[in-house]
Amino acid sequence: MAHAEQREAPPAGDEVAHRPTMTRAGLTDRLAPWMPFLLVPVLAVLGWLAIPSTSSWLTLTVSGLAMGMMIFIMASGLTLVFGLMDVINFGHGAFVSVGAFVGVSMLLVLANMTEAPSLMLNLLAMLAAVIAAMVATGALGWAFERVIVKPVYGAHLKQILVTMGGLIVIEQLIVVLWGPEEIYILRPEALQGAVTFAGAALEKYRLVAVGIGLALFIAMRLVLRRTKIGLIVRAGVENGPMVEAMGYRLRRVFIGVFIAGSALAGLGGVMWGLYQELITAHMGQEIMILIFIVVIIGGLGSVEGCFIGALLVGLMQNYVAFLEPKAALVSNIALMVAILMWRPQGMIPVVKAK
Amino acid sequence: MPEPILSLEGVFTDIAQYHVLQGVDLTVPAGEVTMLLGRNGVGKTTTLKTVMGHWRAREGRILLDGTDIARTPTPDIARMGVGYVPEDMGIFANLSVEENMVLAAVTGPIDPARRDWIFSVFPPLKTFWSSAAGNLSGGQKQMLSIARAMIEERRLYLIDEPTKGLAPAIISTMARALRELKAQGASILLVEQNFSVAKALGDGVQVMDDGRVIWSGRMAELAGDAALQERLMGLSLEGA
Repeated sequence: MAHAEQREAPPAGDEVAHRPTMTRAGLTDRLAPWMPFLLVPVLAVLGWLAIPSTSSWLTLTVSGLAMGMMIFIMASGLTLVFGLMDVINFGHGAFVSVGAFVGVSMLLVLANMTEAPSLMLNLLAMLAAVIAAMVATGALGWAFERVIVKPVYGAHLKQILVTMGGLIVIEQLIVVLWGPEEIYILRPEALQGAVTFAGAALEKYRLVAVGIGLALFIAMRLVLRRTKIGLIVRAGVENGPMVEAMGYRLRRVFIGVFIAGSALAGLGGVMWGLYQELITAHMGQEIMILIFIVVIIGGLGSVEGCFIGALLVGLMQNYVAFLEPKAALVSNIALMVAILMWRPQGMIPVVKAK
Repeated sequence: MPEPILSLEGVFTDIAQYHVLQGVDLTVPAGEVTMLLGRNGVGKTTTLKTVMGHWRAREGRILLDGTDIARTPTPDIARMGVGYVPEDMGIFANLSVEENMVLAAVTGPIDPARRDWIFSVFPPLKTFWSSAAGNLSGGQKQMLSIARAMIEERRLYLIDEPTKGLAPAIISTMARALRELKAQGASILLVEQNFSVAKALGDGVQVMDDGRVIWSGRMAELAGDAALQERLMGLSLEGA
């Protein structure tokens, strides 16, 4: 952020010495911090230019945004966990799978509510499923932190190995509890089908997913910007030891963030399961690749970066899958490479090199 | 001699395989400014970090107002009323000046009277109150770092090289701030390389070498004895 260096007045004697002034930064300097935010509309415009039919473009854009929002929900906890305590958690995907299984089981139990043509009953069933999933994954996150993560603070290699092991164990426990078969699930009645807008069919569920993701992002930003606990988290991501030297018990905050992040991954799992209408024990592991890409290109520890990164990945995946299906797999890796060449620390770097 | 607010008794601290502190004994009398002097690398910063609990003492006692805090977690030490200004300033660059100060006020909201006092000592903090702290100049960051410690009344201030790398005009601002803090009767343990600042502020002096305190006494005594300075610190500090 060298652009905003304030110029100091030259020392003109002891008493009037320190008189800083602000100089106006140039346009490019003022735009630089906002560049990542501009990337999403830029990518959307590029997609519009590349895709011949506007209605297809609109469908793909909504679908990409929905996918991005779900990835954001799953990834937001991971980025904060890394930023706060320098913990690399490869087991995060397990919370996605567990969330999906608990939520979907709840929906299957409440089948009479989800099949009813009443929006109210459908939403109640969804709410019950989401709460069950978040409580289960939040509790699992708490146990995971105590048993698996706590003994390996400060040792990245051990963290990777042991959290990867935790992921495998939890996946196998899902197989033990729910059986090895994948489960198909229909979305609740009110969330099936699509609305037509400007000639494009927009699936209701995707619109709802975009709404939920946006609401969560705004809520998270408010908590991080406007509350003292949010200040502690943001400051802790930057310089944990200093936050402790001010009198805050960062470990407790970290456990709270870990639990909240796990619960959000669980919520993302339910949403992702309903999006695909199919859940498997290893769905979390599969989505982890995209989650890691998002966390890395966003800038480790940055919720805003994670949000933008998730939208870019979602849009990219959908546009490229439409234009050149074979290239869909590599498109996100290419996106990561391009962004890291531009900003090696990710789009919005907040964590100092540790 | 007033009662000590802080005393270290035979403190040994290791950092990895290095035995950095090798039996530090020192006292900080209440209501005084105690200077911690010595060449680079003798363990001054490690001493402050050991008091804060960032490094753990392998041996020895650290008494804050008579309570041994050698095993107390860092946040609890801070809540006992210890304000810490680290050598690297520890500014939260992504937070605004205001947010840095709000965090520093641990016990509750910022007291407006105290904030205005800080504004009078460090006017740039008022100017840049809502700017990102990362955009401040080096001198302004140092002001913010000290202001964070000053935002609440602490029993003890640990301040590590507040004038390091600063222009003379800003050094005088720092010295004035520390004088005002001292005038309020604060107890301060201050690491300082700038001897003219040290001389102006210090009541007592502790000189370290090779991980130990090798001389302690009154500032007046050290300031008036160039030969002693030469012997203790290996260079004449007068006129530095």
